[in-house]
Amino acid sequence: MEAVEKEIRNDADASIMPIEIGPAHPAMHGIVRFTTYIDGEEIIDMIPEIGYLHRGFEKESENSRWIQITPYTDRLNYVSPILCNIGYSMAVEKLFGIEAPRRAEYTRVIMGEISRITDHLTCVGAAAMEVGAFTFFLWFIKAREYLWELVEQVTGARLTTNWTRFGGNANDIPDGFLQELHTRLEQTKDILKECDALLTRNKIFIDRVKDVGVISKEDAMSFAFTGPMLRACGIPYDIRRSDSYSVYDDLDFEIPVGTVGDCFDRYLVRMEEMWQSISIIEQASDKMPAGPVILDDRRVSFPDKKEVYGNIEGLIDHFKMVMDGHQPPLGEVYMPTEGGNGEVGFYLVSDGSGTPVKCRVRPPCFNYVAAMPYICKGEYIADIVPIFGSVNMIGGELDR
Amino acid sequence: MDVLIGILLIPTVQAVLKIFVIIFALVMPLATVLTLMERKWSAMIQDRVGPNRANIPFLNNFRGRGALHIAADGLKSFFKEDFIPEGADRFLFTIAPYFGFAAAMATFAIIPFAGPIGDFTFQITDVKPGLLYIFAITSLGVYGTVLAGAGSNSKFALLGGTRASAQMLSYEVFIGLSLLGVFMVYESTQISVIVNGQNTYWFGNLIPKWGVLTQPIAFFLFFTAMIAETKRAPFDAPEGESEIVAGYFLEYSGMRFAAFMLAEYIALVGVSVLVVTLFFGGYHIPWLHLWESAPQWLVSLLQFMKFTIFTFFFCWLQLQIRWTVPKFRFDQTMALGWKKLLPVALGNVVVTAFIILIAN
Amino acid sequence: MSTEQSIGQLTQLLQQQFPKAIEGFHDHRGDETILVDRKEILAICQFLKDDERCKMEMMIDLTAVDYINETPRFEVVYHFKSLSLDHRLRLKARVPEDDCHIDSIHALWMAVDWYERECYDMYGITFTHHPNLKRLLMYDEFEGYPLRKDYPVDKQQPRLELREVHERYDYERS
Repeated sequence: MEAVEKEIRNDADASIMPIEIGPAHPAMHGIVRFTTYIDGEEIIDMIPEIGYLHRGFEKESENSRWIQITPYTDRLNYVSPILCNIGYSMAVEKLFGIEAPRRAEYTRVIMGEISRITDHLTCVGAAAMEVGAFTFFLWFIKAREYLWELVEQVTGARLTTNWTRFGGNANDIPDGFLQELHTRLEQTKDILKECDALLTRNKIFIDRVKDVGVISKEDAMSFAFTGPMLRACGIPYDIRRSDSYSVYDDLDFEIPVGTVGDCFDRYLVRMEEMWQSISIIEQASDKMPAGPVILDDRRVSFPDKKEVYGNIEGLIDHFKMVMDGHQPPLGEVYMPTEGGNGEVGFYLVSDGSGTPVKCRVRPPCFNYVAAMPYICKGEYIADIVPIFGSVNMIGGELDR
Repeated sequence: MDVLIGILLIPTVQAVLKIFVIIFALVMPLATVLTLMERKWSAMIQDRVGPNRANIPFLNNFRGRGALHIAADGLKSFFKEDFIPEGADRFLFTIAPYFGFAAAMATFAIIPFAGPIGDFTFQITDVKPGLLYIFAITSLGVYGTVLAGAGSNSKFALLGGTRASAQMLSYEVFIGLSLLGVFMVYESTQISVIVNGQNTYWFGNLIPKWGVLTQPIAFFLFFTAMIAETKRAPFDAPEGESEIVAGYFLEYSGMRFAAFMLAEYIALVGVSVLVVTLFFGGYHIPWLHLWESAPQWLVSLLQFMKFTIFTFFFCWLQLQIRWTVPKFRFDQTMALGWKKLLPVALGNVVVTAFIILIAN
Repeated sequence: MSTEQSIGQLTQLLQQQFPKAIEGFHDHRGDETILVDRKEILAICQFLKDDERCKMEMMIDLTAVDYINETPRFEVVYHFKSLSLDHRLRLKARVPEDDCHIDSIHALWMAVDWYERECYDMYGITFTHHPNLKRLLMYDEFEGYPLRKDYPVDKQQPRLELREVHERYDYERS
């Protein structure tokens, strides 16, 4: 990749026309700008510019208590916030060397998989909307509403969940939640079936997405693609299986893979993953053990309100934890988890104090956007739409 | 009084009056209702409520299930700033919207809406070239898109303009070719001849010779090509909402934008009207001639109702198509035209010619 | 940093291959970590990618840590993942403040390009031989490096004049 400086001015002589797609453009989901060079309708080159949504996640984290970072992680991925919550909490738990109780892990799996479904619903729906299937998008949003109502019942918020704590969760699932979950899942299944019938064999849709935005296995690995993007290329890499964190080992699910690595494969992989996630949720709700949802360990969890107001030890514990913050032991960890669209990894460095030395999140869609020029070269300008839709860029996570 | 009637009997005066009645009582109301109908119907498909906010504060916040949005939209576009972007060609930019508008309107000049009462026809003029006139006029619509695209000084608009001109010019070919079969069957290009030809029957009085029965393939070709010609979904690559934002009318606002939108809906009505006229018997109701004692005014009224109902049906069909299928990429639109529609249309012409030859 | 000192397979392998370059290693919480000399980083990464026993197909992450009270001050952290052999490795290299550069490894993995740009943007660490080392998240006129510990969290930067758009049309093509 040797750089050749070449000037192309905006004049009539040049057959290559630069055109700014973004930052405010209907096909750009977040705020990202592609300076695209087109020859007729064909894309010659493309320069992505990101950072419009940069709000200093890492800098803020380095100036916050460990527990104060959890709400920031909601804002990383605003279509599946719980998955980032879980990723961060598990990273801190790894730093402490502790594990959450079984019930907490099972509820995390259920909520995480619900979030994964909402993530895929949004991604597939938005991508389909942009190639013209507007109806499909709104049907998916309807299903997403069902699921977000479930999230709201457990966490109290649809988007800004702030639900996990170190060594467990903020609150248990409410009474009757599992029945509600069951009915909501049935409704979601109906919508998935309807939408599948509407779009998967639609000739126009297939024409738009098949063999568009192809990336080979090797290039995908070189670009460090993860999640559905890598699986669409035919590599069954799923961190839920390969790193077997949480209780995913107890649950039975398949990893759908594609063959070619085009937009259609990504669509199919995501559609199938939603079915797998539904199956995971059903298994987990059947196997749900009884017990506490947070560790009773004074290094990580706050004492009960009853203890705080009832006796002096509890009050002192609470005071110390609030004033000093959690103090993980010296060390560094990298905790990969399977987020909605790939590997969400938290790299934490602790010096034993109440604030992290380093809190780095590895955003999955960073690599996808980096690869956009590579994928888009030689495609038509209209193909940016399905390609960028299938990439599922989340601005909050990309720019942090 | 006699003078007034005398003036009314002058053909030119009649034609002008017909133009006014058809435009202001028929086409414009239908097109504006369609804007609301499209939003309401798409809302129904998508499990939404649709527009229902516009109300009249003095009348107990009367909402009329969203019907007031028609007025609200009109008022809004009327009072919006009419913005001309820097560097745009002011003249081209100003006149461009009205080309499409005029072309869409001109379709209705030769359409008979009901059977004649005595000498009085429900048709502005029955020109001899008939459909050739329509081909000529729809070609003018291309100018609207090209001038808008070139005059806006915007790259998205330019891309949209080039796409639109390429698409409209190519699909005119298929419109013409698909109708060749119809011309051969009814042995004329004149509208009245074609319409009356569809009032004849096979096997005594059993099956009417509707265009859709004599030329079924031509019907599908013509309907597809007309949707592409009016740039409706799934052939709306020139507007290409997602990648080139709004295509050739990206920079328009206020009344000029409304003119583009209204032209689109008028063209939608125009497509339906043409399809009904050419393929579904026009205003003729099959087997109605068996009721010989029927008064002529009642027959004309029934015919007008039939014509309107069929027109509505095809308008609805186009809305339904738009909200069901994804859209084609631009090169796929062109490939569909030149690689699929063209051979089928030519084949249709040849087969029709053979059948006519053998039948005679 | 940590006192746990069990030696992993990859650590042993690298110690055989690059005996002089390895400055330290640990296995804290099961994350195999090796601290290497920054001058050898390109050779080591090449080995990690190509060797049959390593086969690191993916460079998962690249970042830096600012240990402001230590010398050398910065630590560039690489995370690798092998899909075929299913193991992970963390590689670290120390970079001093006054001679703030390290060799770029952009030729080995395509993902590296943007990661190194981001790291340069945030920490001011220069990756030598990187073809297009420009700011990524921040804008070009931004002064200072925001993730350095001595950059105040509430510092404000001056507002910019509006730029002419066609400045961006000067661009390089590969």
